[in-house]
Formats: sequence, structure tokens, C-alpha cells
Amino acid sequence: MSEAETVPVEATSGEPGLAAMSKTKLVELLREMLLYRRFEEKAEEAYAIGQIGGFCHLHIGQEAVAAGAVLQLRQDDYVITAYRDHTQALAKGLSPDAVMAELYGKASGSSGGMGGSMHIFGVEQGFMGGHGIVGGQIGLALGMAWAIHYRGTDQVCVCFFGDAAVNQGVFHESMNMAAIWNLPVIYAVENNSYGMGTKFSRVSDTDMVQKSASHGVPATVVDGQDVLATHAHFENLIEQVRGGAGPQFVDVQCYRFKGHSMSDPVSGTYRSREEVHDRTDNSDPIKILRDRMYEAELLTSDELEILDAEVRGVVAAAAQSAEDAPEPSLDRLYEHVYSEINVHGRLFFDGRER
Amino acid sequence: MAELTYRAALNEALAEEMERDDSVFLLGEEVAEYDGAYKVSKGLLNQFGDKRVVDTPISELGFTGLGVGAAMLGLRPVVEFMTFNFSFLALDQVINSASKMLAMSAGQIGIPMVFRGPTGAALQLGAQHSQACETWYLHAPGVKVVTPATPADAKGLLKAAIRDNDPVAVMEGELLYNLKGEVPDGEDFIIPLGLADRKREGGDVSIITHGPTVHVALQAAGQLSKEGIEADVLDLRSLRPLDVEAILATVAKTNRAVYLEGGWPYGGVGAQIVSILMEEAFDDLDAPVLRVTQADVPMPYNKKLEAWTKPGATRVVEACKKVLYV
Repeated sequence: MSEAETVPVEATSGEPGLAAMSKTKLVELLREMLLYRRFEEKAEEAYAIGQIGGFCHLHIGQEAVAAGAVLQLRQDDYVITAYRDHTQALAKGLSPDAVMAELYGKASGSSGGMGGSMHIFGVEQGFMGGHGIVGGQIGLALGMAWAIHYRGTDQVCVCFFGDAAVNQGVFHESMNMAAIWNLPVIYAVENNSYGMGTKFSRVSDTDMVQKSASHGVPATVVDGQDVLATHAHFENLIEQVRGGAGPQFVDVQCYRFKGHSMSDPVSGTYRSREEVHDRTDNSDPIKILRDRMYEAELLTSDELEILDAEVRGVVAAAAQSAEDAPEPSLDRLYEHVYSEINVHGRLFFDGRER
Repeated sequence: MAELTYRAALNEALAEEMERDDSVFLLGEEVAEYDGAYKVSKGLLNQFGDKRVVDTPISELGFTGLGVGAAMLGLRPVVEFMTFNFSFLALDQVINSASKMLAMSAGQIGIPMVFRGPTGAALQLGAQHSQACETWYLHAPGVKVVTPATPADAKGLLKAAIRDNDPVAVMEGELLYNLKGEVPDGEDFIIPLGLADRKREGGDVSIITHGPTVHVALQAAGQLSKEGIEADVLDLRSLRPLDVEAILATVAKTNRAVYLEGGWPYGGVGAQIVSILMEEAFDDLDAPVLRVTQADVPMPYNKKLEAWTKPGATRVVEACKKVLYV
């Protein structure tokens, strides 16, 4: 194998201004983030009345990560993430109807009700899943990037994971191999400072940005509450990686406004109410973009209201269609356990009628 | 027909399938420059280059994740574990990713890949390097498992596994690599998954087994024959899919069965086979089905104790006589 040639990518310098982006593009980013927010709020409501079950991890507060990093990817680029996966799926092009129906466990869901909140998939859109074991998708992203390298195509794989995942062995094993083979993968840690209820500084003696250093993978940091900074940062990284720069590690600093999952409190033993209020008031990615657009007179409150009403409509329609959709039928249960039922022998041992 | 070693048969299978389909690649520890820890991949690096025969760091979880991820995009990785003992480090990707991806994605993402390498007891390798690993793979719906016991089966089953569209564990016998046997010629020699093979014909008692203990069964059958007892030796070859018809057929013929395996008894393959016989062959049985397994302890190093721990031919002979009430 050839020596890994990793080219350091320069960190985005200065504060990316509104000027770099057209009004249409700015409105699109704002609309998307609003859609994600309203979508997750609707999921929260539906969970509270039992229409959504199981584990449900909301992305509220971290919308700028999905909007800033994912929206600009090509359809044939790949995104893979952990179980906090609803908005990345939307950003990669899945319809709100398909994602909401999956949360409801319905036949019209993105996985026909077989996956649930943590396992949203959209192969056509290059969204390679929601994965439930902390760090598991980091190894899978390595293989997806390997496949791109193997075929000699120019796609990029963006892999998201939470800050707790960098303490898993698979993070270090994958980082090492991605560097050896100079693979086209962006490892983006959604660093919201808490792995469930454990503050990162309690479980790591080094800073996040140092985590890839011993593997020779360049690391950069970006303010993940600022969608323009995130967009500009990823635009640069994606271009570099597509051009052969090799794997990149990005510390996307963000903040989760809700509990770890729907069954957890927003604040309490591990973080104070004051801290959450401070971040909600002062680093809401939607408010940050809104205020900057107001200031530059690129948005009026009327225009914002219209946008908000529109996405609320989209979300309400998604919820309604999820509610109306049929449950998956029992005969789907064995359909996708194996893709090939061999001519000979028995594959299932439960003795049930299929 | 050519006479080949088990090792050479596996090597031929890999070379032929890599030649046939350029989405097939081999990765693992020492598979390229070193020719494989057991020399199964000898010469493949020269033939196919370093993109298709890939030396990995000692990172079982990471490179298995690589295999599963590459399979998600339609490549056909063959992941070699230097031994399946080391694959326990990778079981998260086998069980939580490979076996469930198709179901979680409702059929959007299949995992056409092979996990292969040696398993089973070897000689004085101690507890961590000497164990049968089949049950960890068998337990998960979504995975298929085959256990070739002869050179022909090794070639035919590995080729079938590579062509299969689901994850297949090809569990080779660590002590079988030098075993010689006739292997049918031709690239299209395939043994379909899910077909057992009667390795010896007999009407008095069925010895059902899989993997390296097929040879122990044949040895026991030879001893029994000297006493006038003829054993039917059924090699399952494929544990999932499982040739239940062949199991029921041999028991319908002999009415007596012994399950022999190199693994531990509790939750072992034999436990499943006994359950199937209870449910589906109760009326055919003239005696309770017995199992001969490894002793229910970690493998000791001491040679004498190791031999006692393994399921040897003498124990099989005793079990057969017991189900025959002789």
C-alpha cells in the first residue's frame, strides 16, 4: 500500500459573512432548519401521546449541523450517522412523510416500520442509516469510503457520531485505516459535550480536537450552532476530500436543547437548567441565522412567519399521513431477514407459519 | 478431479471467484504479503494486486466494519479472521450490523460478504486459541454458516458463500489445512448452501456432525464396524441453512442418533438438532438422542488433559452403543 498522503485542510478563517451566499440560499438554510425543528417538535408531541414508541432522540438545537453539512452534498455522496438521525435523513433528501411514518412504525415509513427512529435508511438518497450502537457507523463509513476508493469514483462519505463515540475502539481503528489508505471520508463529531448524561471532560483527558492526531488525520473545529460557518467549513472539506485530500476529522461544536432521548430529562443531575436556558437563549442556530438576516435586511418577520407556517403545514401533513398509514402486515416479518432464500435447507427455526 | 489439500482448495476457490467477479476482494491480517497465516491466500497478492488482497492492521472490529460498509455499497468482501477466536472483537459488526442491515433497511441494503478463517480445537494452543466458534454466528438470523470438512467441500462451499447475497461465515477446520482429497475440476463446481452430505452409509445408528469432527465420526464408525455395527455418518456441512430433511431421513432409517461436535454442549449446535428431532422425529426414535461434545470447560494446555477434553472416537463409540442398548 502507498503511504498515506494527508493534506491538512485549512480551518475556515474569520466569520463567514452573509455576503458569500445568495438570499435564496440563505432562505433555504433557514427554511430547512425550521423544518427540522418543527419536525422534531411534532415527533415530541406524538411520542408524548404514545403514537411513537421506543427510543426517540431529537436533534433540536443541532439543526445547523444537518443543514450546514448535509444539504450541500451530491445525491450520490453518502451520509451515515448514529441514532439521532431524523434531520440528517431529511437533509439528505428523504421526505418528511417517509421519516415520520417510520417513527410511527407504519408501512409507508422509510424502512416500512421495521427500523424505527434509530434506523432511518434511504439508499436512493445516499442516506445509509441510522445506527444504534455507539460508534458502529464509524466502521461502516470506513468501508463505504473504501468502496469509493476501490471503484475510483469521486464521491465523499460523511459520517456523524456523538462525542462519546470517540472513546470507542472502532473510532481509533477506523481513523487509522482511513489514514493508511487515504480514504474519502469526513468524520464529523457532533460534539454536544454530553454522552447521554456524562460530560465529555469527565471521560477524556484530552481535548476533542486531539483525538485524530496520532492517526495522522487532520482535525478542524467549527461552531456547529452557526449554520453559515458550518456550511462554509464543510464546503471546503468536501471539496478537499473529493479532490483526494484523504480523511478529515471535524469537531462540530453544538448543543442539544432536549434530553438525550425522549425518556430523559432536559436537565438535572448532569447539567443545570441555567446552562440549558443560556444555550437555548443565546445559541439557537435558527435565531442566530434569523437575526443576522434581519440585520442585513434580508428577511422580514412576515417572511419568516410565512416560512414557518409552510413548514408547519409540511410537518402536520407528514404526521397526518403517518397516522393514516397502515401498519406493516405480518407477512413482511420474514421478508428481509435474508436477501436470498437458498433452495436447500431451513433458515428459520421458530416453527411458525410464514 | 485433482487431489488438493484443503488449503489449496480454498485458495483455488478464492482465485476463481476473484477472477470471475471484480467486486470480490480479500482483506485481513497477513493475507497479502505474508500469504496468509495459514497460507490460504498464497499468491493472490501477485495475481490480483494490493487493492484486492489487503493487509490490515490488527483491528478486527475496524476491518470487519470496513467489510460490512463496503458490502453496503455492493462490493463482495471476504474478511479473513486469522482465527475465529479473534473475531469476537468484531462481533458487534457481525451481529449488530451485518446480520440486521437488510431487515432494518426493509430490504434496501443487503450484505453480500463472507467471514472466513479457522475455528475449532487445535493442538495444545490453550484456552483462547482452541475453541469452536460456530454458535456465536449461528444464533443470529440474517447470517448463514458453513463448516467444510473436506477439500472438495471447502472449495465448493466457499465459492457458494462468495456468490451468496447474504453474510456467510465459512468456518474452516484449523487442523484440516493439510488434509488431501479429490476436488472436482471446473470453475463452476459449487456446493449449494443447505445440503448435508452422507459421508458414510450405514443402517444401525446415525452419527450426525459438522466440521472437523466429521473425521472423528468416520474413525468411530470404523471401530463400530469391526463390532458389526454400521453407522450412517451425516455431515451437515451447512448449519444455516440446515438440511433438516437429511437429518430426518437418516434418523428415519436408523432410529438412533448421536450428535457429535467440537463445541461446548450448553446452547450448542447439538442442542438445536436434538430439539428438532424431538419436535419432528419423535416417533422415529428408539432411544434418546445423545450428544458428544467438548468437555464443558475452557481448553487446557496439558496434552493429556486436552485429549480428554476433546470429543474423541472412543466417546462416540460409547454413545452409539448406548443408544443401541449394547
